[in-house]
Amino acid sequence: MRGEASVIDQIKDFASWFFVSGDPLIYGADVAIALTTAAIIFVLSYFGKWGWLWREWLTTVDHKRVGIMYIIAALLMLFRGGVDALMMRTQLVFPDMKFLSPEHYNEVFTTHGVIMILFMAMPLMFGLFNIAVPLQLGARDVAFPFLNSLSFWLFFFGAMLFNMSFVIGGSPNGGWLSYPPLSELTGSPGVGEDFYIWGIQVSGIGSLMTGINFIVTIVKMRAPGMTWSRVPIFTWSVLSSCIAIIVAFPVLTVTLALLFLDRFLGAHFFTMDGGGNAMMYVNLIWMWGHPEVYIVVLPAFGIYSEVVATFSKKRLFGYGSMVFAMLSISIMAYFTWLHHFFTMGSGANVNIFFAISTMIIAIPTGVKIFNWLFTMFRGRISFTTPMMWTLAFIPCFVVGGMTGVMLSVAPADFQFHNSYFLIAHFHQVLIGGVAFGYFAGLYYWWPKMFGFKLNETIGKWAFWIWNIGFYVCFMPQYVVGLDGMTRRINSYGWDTGWWAMNFTSTIGGFLMGIGFLFQVWQIAHSIKFMEKDTTGDPWGARTLEWSIPSPAPLYNFATTPLVTDRDDWWEEKERIAAGKMPKEKPKLEPIHMPKNSPIPFIQSICWFTVGFGLVFHWLWIAIPGFVGIALTLLAHSFNYDTDYYIPVDEIRQTEAKAGRGV
Amino acid sequence: MAHANNHAFAHEGGHDGHHDLEELRKFGFWIFLITDLILFSTLFATYLVLHENTAGGPDAKEIFELPGVIVETFILLTSSFTSGLAVLAMNAGSQKGLVGWLIVTILLGASFVGMEVTEFLKLIHEGHTIHSSAFLSGFFTLVGTHGLHVSLGICWITALIVQLSRHGITEVTQRKVHITSVYWHFLDAVWIFVFTIVYLMGVM
Ligand code: HEM
Ligand SMILES: [Cu+2]
Repeated sequence: MRGEASVIDQIKDFASWFFVSGDPLIYGADVAIALTTAAIIFVLSYFGKWGWLWREWLTTVDHKRVGIMYIIAALLMLFRGGVDALMMRTQLVFPDMKFLSPEHYNEVFTTHGVIMILFMAMPLMFGLFNIAVPLQLGARDVAFPFLNSLSFWLFFFGAMLFNMSFVIGGSPNGGWLSYPPLSELTGSPGVGEDFYIWGIQVSGIGSLMTGINFIVTIVKMRAPGMTWSRVPIFTWSVLSSCIAIIVAFPVLTVTLALLFLDRFLGAHFFTMDGGGNAMMYVNLIWMWGHPEVYIVVLPAFGIYSEVVATFSKKRLFGYGSMVFAMLSISIMAYFTWLHHFFTMGSGANVNIFFAISTMIIAIPTGVKIFNWLFTMFRGRISFTTPMMWTLAFIPCFVVGGMTGVMLSVAPADFQFHNSYFLIAHFHQVLIGGVAFGYFAGLYYWWPKMFGFKLNETIGKWAFWIWNIGFYVCFMPQYVVGLDGMTRRINSYGWDTGWWAMNFTSTIGGFLMGIGFLFQVWQIAHSIKFMEKDTTGDPWGARTLEWSIPSPAPLYNFATTPLVTDRDDWWEEKERIAAGKMPKEKPKLEPIHMPKNSPIPFIQSICWFTVGFGLVFHWLWIAIPGFVGIALTLLAHSFNYDTDYYIPVDEIRQTEAKAGRGV
Repeated sequence: MAHANNHAFAHEGGHDGHHDLEELRKFGFWIFLITDLILFSTLFATYLVLHENTAGGPDAKEIFELPGVIVETFILLTSSFTSGLAVLAMNAGSQKGLVGWLIVTILLGASFVGMEVTEFLKLIHEGHTIHSSAFLSGFFTLVGTHGLHVSLGICWITALIVQLSRHGITEVTQRKVHITSVYWHFLDAVWIFVFTIVYLMGVM
C-alpha cells in the first residue's frame, strides 16, 4: 500500500512540476486550450473535414495557401501578444496591485516581446511575401515550393513549442533577448529558457530558408522582360529584407546554439565562470537583433510604396532612389548593432562609430519619406483603408525616427537607456512602421487572397481607434521615461509621480485592443456580407498580380506574361484605354506544377519533438525526433516523383469559370 | 512586335522544364552556402574571442598534437580531389568511375571523422572537456560543427550513391552530384581555416 501511495505522490509531484500551476490565469488558459482543442476536433470530425484539411492545407505547397496559413497564425499570435500587453498595462495602472507578481510580470514581458517580433511580425511578413511576390513577378510559384511549406511548418511548430511553455514547464523570463547570466542555468534554472531557445531555433531555421527561397525566386523567376528596373517595389523590399535575413539569421542560430550548449553541456561561452564572456552574447544577439528590425520594416516600406502609387494613381516617385535606399539600409543595418548597449563600457571610440553609423542610416529613410510625399503630390488620392494606414504611418515614423536619432546620441543614451523613453520609441517604429504597414498590406492584398474586399466602414473605425489608442498609449511613455521610469518593472511608488501618465497609457493600450476587435469584426462581417470581386483588380492597381482573377488560380498565370514596362499592368490598361491592341498572349500549354507533400508537416513535428525532448533533457524523446528528421530528409531525397502537369483543357475551364476567355 | 513577343516566349519555353529547375536548385544551394559560411564565421569569431580564456586550464599549445592534424588535413584535401575526379568521371559519362570515386571520397571522409573523434576522445579522457574552459568550449564547438558537417556529407553522398545505382546519371542525379561536390570542397576550405586558426596559430 505504501508503495502505491508513493507512486501516486510521485505522479502528483511530477504533474505539479510539469504543468504550470498555482495561478488562476493559467488555469483559465488550460481550460480555454482544452475547450478550443475539443471544439476544433469536434467540428472537423462532425463535418468530415479531416481529409480536406490534410489534402488542401497541411500538405499544400501552393504559395498562396502557405501565405494564408502564415497570416492566420500571425493574427492569432497578435491576439496572444496583445493580451500579454494588456495584462502588463493593467498591472501598471495601480502600482500596488498584485495582479501580476514580479516573476509573472517578467514572464509576460518576455513572451510578449518574443511573440510580437518573432511569431507575429515575421510570419505576417512572410505571409505577405508568399501572397504577393510570385504574383508580382509573373511566376507560377516560389523557387522551392516544398521548402516553402517546410519553412511555414517549422515556424508554426516552433511557435507552438514556445507557446506551450505557458502551461507546461514554465515560461522564459529573461527578457526577449535573454541576456546571460540571467539566461544561464544559474539565473534561470527552469525549462523556460530552453523553451525560448528551441522555439526560436526551430522557427528561425524556417525563416532562414524563406530568405533563401525568396532571393532565388526574385533573382531567377521573374517573367520574361522584367528587368531589374521593372521589378515592383514591394518585391525589391522583399529582396533587401531577405538579404538581411540570410546574413543575420545564421548568427542567431549560432548564438542560441551556444547558449544551449552552456545550459545543456555546461560549456562556458557566456558564463561568469570558466572564462565565458557574457558581453559576447550581447554582441552576437544584436548582430542579429538590429538587422532584424530592418528585416521587418523594409517590406513595410515596400507596401507603403505600392499603396501610395496605387491610390494616388501615379507612378512611384524616385523608384531608383527607393531601391537604392532599401538596399543600402539592408547593408548598413550591420554596422549599427552596438547602439543597443552604448552603456556597457565599450569605450568612447567604439560608441562614436556606432552613434554616427546609426545617424547615417536615418538618411535613406528620410529619402523615402520624401518620395512618398512627392508621389502623392498632385495625385488623384483615394482614401481607402490601405491608404489611410499609409498616411498615418508617415508622421508616426517621422516622430519615431527622430526619437531614434535621439537614442543614437551616445551620451544622451546614457540617460534614456532602459527607460520608458526607449519603450515608446521602439513601439512607435514597430507599431507605427511595421504593424501599420502589414495591416495596409493585408487590406490591400485581401481581395487577391480571397476574392472580396474587407468592409471599408468598419475598417475605418478600426483605423481611427487604433491610431488614437496608439498616441494615447505611447506619447505618455516618452514623458514618463524622461521622468526616470525604467522598463521591466511591475510596480513603482506613488511618490514618483508616474501614475497619471501610466494610467493614460493603459487607456490607450485598451483602445488599441478595441481597434483589434474591430478588425476581427470587420473580417467576420465581410465574410458574411461579401461582395465578390469579379474584376481581379478592385483597386485599379498597377502591378501584375492584379492582371489575373481573384483569388488567383492554382497556377497563377494561364500564360506567362511578357513584361514591357515598370507597372506593366497599369501601362497595359492605359494602352487598352487608348484604343491600342492588348499584348498578344501566347498559346496555352500544359503547366508544370509541384505535387503536395506531407513531408514538411511531418518533419516539422519531428523538429518539435526534438525541441521538446531537449527542453526537458529527455533524450528518449529527442532521439526519435532526430531519427524522424533523418528519415524524412531521406524520403524527400529519394522521391523523384514530385511534379505533374495541368492539362490545357483544365486551364481553359478554370479560366472560363473566372470569367476569362483564353 | 508580335514576332519579338513570340521569340521571347519561345526562349521562355524551357522555363517550366526540368532543366531550369535544376539550375534554380544549384543557385539556391550557393546561397545556402553563404549562410553556412556566416555560421562558421560566427563560430570562428567566438573562438578567437575566447581562445585565451583557459580558466587556469591548459591552452592550445599544451594539448594540440600537430602531426595527427596534418594527416587529417591531408586526408581531407585528398578527398576533395577524389570528389573532383568523381565529377570528371560523371562528365565523361562513366557511372562506374563516378560511383567508385564517390566511394573513395566517403571512405576518406570517414577516416577524417574517425581521426577527429579519436582526438576528441583522447582530450576528454585527459580531462579536457567542453566544460573545462571557454577556450575548450569554443574549440569543441567549432571543430565539432565542422565534423558534423562532414558526417552529414558522408550520409548524403551515400544516399546519392544508392540513387545513382537506381536511376543512373540523369539530369537530377547530375545536379545532386554537382551540389554535394561543391559542398565537399566548401568543407575543405573551411577546414583550411580551422587548421590555420585553431591548430597552427594555437601551437605557434
Ligand atoms: C499593441 C499594443 C502594445 C502594447 C500596449 C504593448 C505594451 C508593452 C509593454 C507594457 C511592454 C513592457 C515594458 C516593460 O515593462 O519593459 C512591452 C514590451 C515590448 N513590446 Fe510591446 N506592446 C504592444 C505591441 C507591440 C508590438 C506590435 C511589438 C512588436 C512588433 C512589441 C514589441 C515589444 C518588445 C520587443 C518588448 C520588450 C520586451 C522585453 O522587455 O523583453 N509590442 N510592450
Ligand atoms: Cu538597433
